[in-house]
Amino acid sequence: MSAASTSPVIERGTATSRIAAVAVAVIIALLAIAPQFLSAGAVDRMTALFIYVILAAMWNALAGFGGLVSVGQQVFFGLGAYFAIRLADAGLKPFASLFVSAIVVGVVSVPLSLFMLRLRNGEFAIGMWVIAALTHLLVNLDRLVQGETGTSLISLNVYDAGTRRMTIYWLALASMTALLAMLFGLLRGSTGAAIRAIRDNEDAAASVGVRVTGTKRLLFVLAAFGIGIAGALWLATSITFQPKTYFNVQWTAYMIFMVLVGGIGTFEGAILGALVFFLIETWFGGTGVWYLIGLGATAVLFSLFLPRGLWGTVEERFGLRLLPVGYRVRLPGNPTAPADDGTAPSPRQSTQHQEKA
Amino acid sequence: MSLLSVENLVVRHGLLQAVRGVSFTVERGERLALVGANGAGKTTLLRAIAGAHQPAAGRVLLDGADLSDVPSHKRVGMGIALVPEGRKLFVQMTVEENLLLGKTAGRPGDWSVDRVLEMFPNLKPRRHARTGHLSGGEQQATAIGRALMSNPDVLLLDEVSLGLSPLIVDRVYDALQGLISSGTTIILVEQDLNRALAVSDRVICMLEGRVALEGSTRDISREDVTKAYFGLHRKSTGSVPA
Repeated sequence: MSAASTSPVIERGTATSRIAAVAVAVIIALLAIAPQFLSAGAVDRMTALFIYVILAAMWNALAGFGGLVSVGQQVFFGLGAYFAIRLADAGLKPFASLFVSAIVVGVVSVPLSLFMLRLRNGEFAIGMWVIAALTHLLVNLDRLVQGETGTSLISLNVYDAGTRRMTIYWLALASMTALLAMLFGLLRGSTGAAIRAIRDNEDAAASVGVRVTGTKRLLFVLAAFGIGIAGALWLATSITFQPKTYFNVQWTAYMIFMVLVGGIGTFEGAILGALVFFLIETWFGGTGVWYLIGLGATAVLFSLFLPRGLWGTVEERFGLRLLPVGYRVRLPGNPTAPADDGTAPSPRQSTQHQEKA
Repeated sequence: MSLLSVENLVVRHGLLQAVRGVSFTVERGERLALVGANGAGKTTLLRAIAGAHQPAAGRVLLDGADLSDVPSHKRVGMGIALVPEGRKLFVQMTVEENLLLGKTAGRPGDWSVDRVLEMFPNLKPRRHARTGHLSGGEQQATAIGRALMSNPDVLLLDEVSLGLSPLIVDRVYDALQGLISSGTTIILVEQDLNRALAVSDRVICMLEGRVALEGSTRDISREDVTKAYFGLHRKSTGSVPA
């Protein structure tokens, strides 16, 4: 096409992103040995952080990359915990039941996706909330749960408190790492390009040959599975299961908060948002109502002044990408002409021009 | 063998039967216009051919191969390209980027960005402009160009003139004239009867999901089509169309 001398360069990784990859490995290794040096309370808090990262990353994948904004993701959080209780009651080892439960949640989300994904935009968002409320009521019907009284993951008692805490910490860390790696691989590949094309315009994506429904379903099921793991892990840390707590819309509100603050549609943003949320909660969580008011105010301020969130803004200003899932076009001396070789599935100018939430 | 044949196609939207047993064939290089009132089933028929709607009965054959089990995203690769109603572009991307995306279906052929720009000269200065900033006519040209980039055997054009001013529609059709003389097989849905008759070899007028009138554009008068359009032919001839 265009002359070779001025042809733009398509890049994925940069020098910074390669350093970041090493840093990520180091951080995970440090986190893995951290419990040796942390107090029991700190280990529990870190476990909560890992769960927040999972929640934020999953909601971001769904909404930020796939355009599927849902306010009913608590349904998978609640079901993750509920199935873990059920499976443990049926005699499965408690730690095994956490992960089998997440798989069950993933399986349940498949038939759910058949009709939910026919809805678009606001209908989908609210429809998911309806599903969550409905599921909450259905779970209450289970005798084992004893209505809103709830029940506990009693079988965890066979482990002493120290072992339990460590095991859950490592399981949470491993789950978070594995899920983030899965998501990274998915979003970086051709499916990731398809996902973003669907977000930008579903009909346009279909007309250039993107498999729309199947791709949306894959993302929906992955998010359900991930949030199911988060719910099961949360159950393991808090032991008690009260349907009202787990099927509460606050979980989705937290996910939205983390993603908006961190930067919707950026891979790093969700992680950063989870960290910010975690810090706010750690410092101000004790202040009761003011904490919630503060959270709401922060979210409003961010959507008004930093609509791209922290990472979205950093990325835009400095062109910094630590964990690049998109493509970037670098133009040698010709600032007006982004072009590409036409073979890349979705050569967006990486993720920097997103405005869609 | 016909390039595309539609056999007794029935498409439903829930309880509503939008297309009721429609059959027709399209030969290679032919330009077929689908006309009819709002709600006659034209768009649904077009979308069913593209695979966006699953038919309740009947089938679509491309080069004799049954497409019933072929999902819509694979049909693009087989040579059926739909230009959706309302243009539907990636508005954050430039004209060129939108065009290049059409190539991702991976069909070999001689369509290129330059050739599309040749076809639609009004896009030339807009090559690197974001499609969200383009005028309706330029957007429509980009949407058609994107479909052409997949080197289709059959191009499905849905309501090219929708939402465009008459002047812009003239320009889009001027450009289409070049495409038409290039021998591309086209099925187009058009509300404007004069335009539909001017660019097509054959016309099908749909009424309430059925084919009310079909024939070569040369043999059919505007009055015939108007009658079929409003369903008047049924009273005058007493015959019920297939």
